[in-house]
Amino acid sequence: MALASTAVGVRRRRSGALAPAMLLVPTGIVLLAIIGWPLVQLIIISFQEYGRAQVFGRPPEWVGLQNYIDVLGDPFFWDVLGRSILFAAANVALTMLLGTLVALLMMRLHKAFRLLVSVGLLLAWAMPALTAVVVWGWMFDTQYGVINYVLSLIPGVDLIGHSWLIEPLSFFAVATIIITWQSVPFVAFTVYAGLTQVPDEVLEAAQLDGAGAVSRFRLIVFPYLKSIFLVVTILQVIWDLRVFTQIYALQGIGGIREQTSTIGVYIFQTSLGTGDFGAGGAIAVILVIVMMTISIYYVRKSIQEETL
Amino acid sequence: MSAVIARPVAAPTVQPATSSGSRRPMSAARLRRRLWNIVLSAIAVVVFLVSVFPVYWMINTSLLPNNLIRGPEPHFWPDELTFRNYELVLFGDTRAPFLPALGNSLAVTLLTVMVALLFAFLAALAVTRFRFRGRKAFILTILVIQMIPGEAMIVSTFRVLDSWQLLNTIAGLTLVYVATVLPFTIWTLRGFVNGVPIELEEAAMIDGCTRTQAFWKVTFPLLAPGLVATGVFAFIQAWNEFLLALVVMSRPEMMTLPVWLRTFQQATQTTNWAAIMAGSTLMAIPVIIFFLVVQGRMTSGLVAGAVKG
Repeated sequence: MALASTAVGVRRRRSGALAPAMLLVPTGIVLLAIIGWPLVQLIIISFQEYGRAQVFGRPPEWVGLQNYIDVLGDPFFWDVLGRSILFAAANVALTMLLGTLVALLMMRLHKAFRLLVSVGLLLAWAMPALTAVVVWGWMFDTQYGVINYVLSLIPGVDLIGHSWLIEPLSFFAVATIIITWQSVPFVAFTVYAGLTQVPDEVLEAAQLDGAGAVSRFRLIVFPYLKSIFLVVTILQVIWDLRVFTQIYALQGIGGIREQTSTIGVYIFQTSLGTGDFGAGGAIAVILVIVMMTISIYYVRKSIQEETL
Repeated sequence: MSAVIARPVAAPTVQPATSSGSRRPMSAARLRRRLWNIVLSAIAVVVFLVSVFPVYWMINTSLLPNNLIRGPEPHFWPDELTFRNYELVLFGDTRAPFLPALGNSLAVTLLTVMVALLFAFLAALAVTRFRFRGRKAFILTILVIQMIPGEAMIVSTFRVLDSWQLLNTIAGLTLVYVATVLPFTIWTLRGFVNGVPIELEEAAMIDGCTRTQAFWKVTFPLLAPGLVATGVFAFIQAWNEFLLALVVMSRPEMMTLPVWLRTFQQATQTTNWAAIMAGSTLMAIPVIIFFLVVQGRMTSGLVAGAVKG
């Protein structure tokens, strides 16, 4: 077994391929079986006419690109896609902004208040997504919801009996509140942890040189935190673009499905709801391609850093 | 509570030398600073209230009798405290019994955490401690898999599991969850393994350990914080996951808690918000406790991963 003692600093062992292969076997098997094989199946289905009859044993028929042509030619698909992208963009922007502000706030707070904020954020973060939707749905309840009650205390406002979920725009406002409420803690904690790594001396020096709070953030803090911002933003984009549980559960409480579906829900509906697995597969493949395009920069950067 | 990131306050302390005479009128700068602190503290309280209120409201509702919460005015604290809702959820004769779902959730979650950590540890060793052909491709694969949405794969996952007779089994769902969390788990653990000096393993091997022993007896214990952080991630993913559980565990007796909550909600939709809130509380409590215990380590782990790439 040759140790890599030739070059100083290169400490990894250049052993035969056997040891790493053995270590990767369990992971490899699981990923191939549960991700790889279904992914291949998904791509195959997306080129087939595959409906309920095929589920019950009728051999599927190859239709080439027909599913893709159908999906891309369906204005409803573009509605859903556009809606999902807008929704994700709004949520990511809001979450990043609020999360960063809360992190900056935590830096300036005295210990007791920082503890208070941390505990609050933790509780919101720890709530299971489905539970969160159910609870917010109850708070926004038409008749007995606390939010309608409190808002109706304002003179001239009477919202008792107002449904927040019927109208698509206010449906998405509620969904945004729920998702932001749950995502801000992750951003806030991560950015805060990053902020604590910015050396105080640099900030003090900048302050002595007359830099204001905004330019200190822009010129010093932001460059330090760039990689953290990048990672967190990409993660948020991925999570918000493929959002399923919140929208699906909220629709169950009272939204109109056709007007409020995002792409994750749409795939589920097309496949399991209407039974058109071929079209569902085509939409899924398109979504994967969209996601990859969005995150390609992140992947490339990670790989570059890996090889350093 | 080890939850909160403790850090010495860096920013707004006033030089003590100038603040000797407390009776003297404050300078404009000090006054402004004090006002600013009050404003910040007030904002902090608002952030706290907004974060906590839904959690509080869930617990509050769960402790009130159902007829009371459907009154004209909400009760802002449980002034007519009752545990009836919890009794109903735990032992009531509903279409969706809670305890079997809890059992399924616990089994799947714990198995997922253990298997995922073990597999991820081995894989992380492979990519950090060895240079081999295909290493870069493996890392690329790990990254790309994280982009693939589970909803997209739901049908084919279902069919694959079906063909292996794994539908409605603990093993089947566990396998799916392990595959879902493995990429992130490997990615994070990799950063932690990098943090353990390889010299320690080498020293152990000079002292007569085999390499396997060095990994197990030296590296593995030193990874404790990383294992905790990634274990929590796996725990929360498995505990909260809804869609895959809905599709894979379609038999009522195989339900996990999120599916149970949804069934329960649908079954009692117009009648019993109080019981639904009791169920939600029961489902949220384990996660909240888990989070409170290990949060500090978790974010530091994520940041370490982000900075080191």
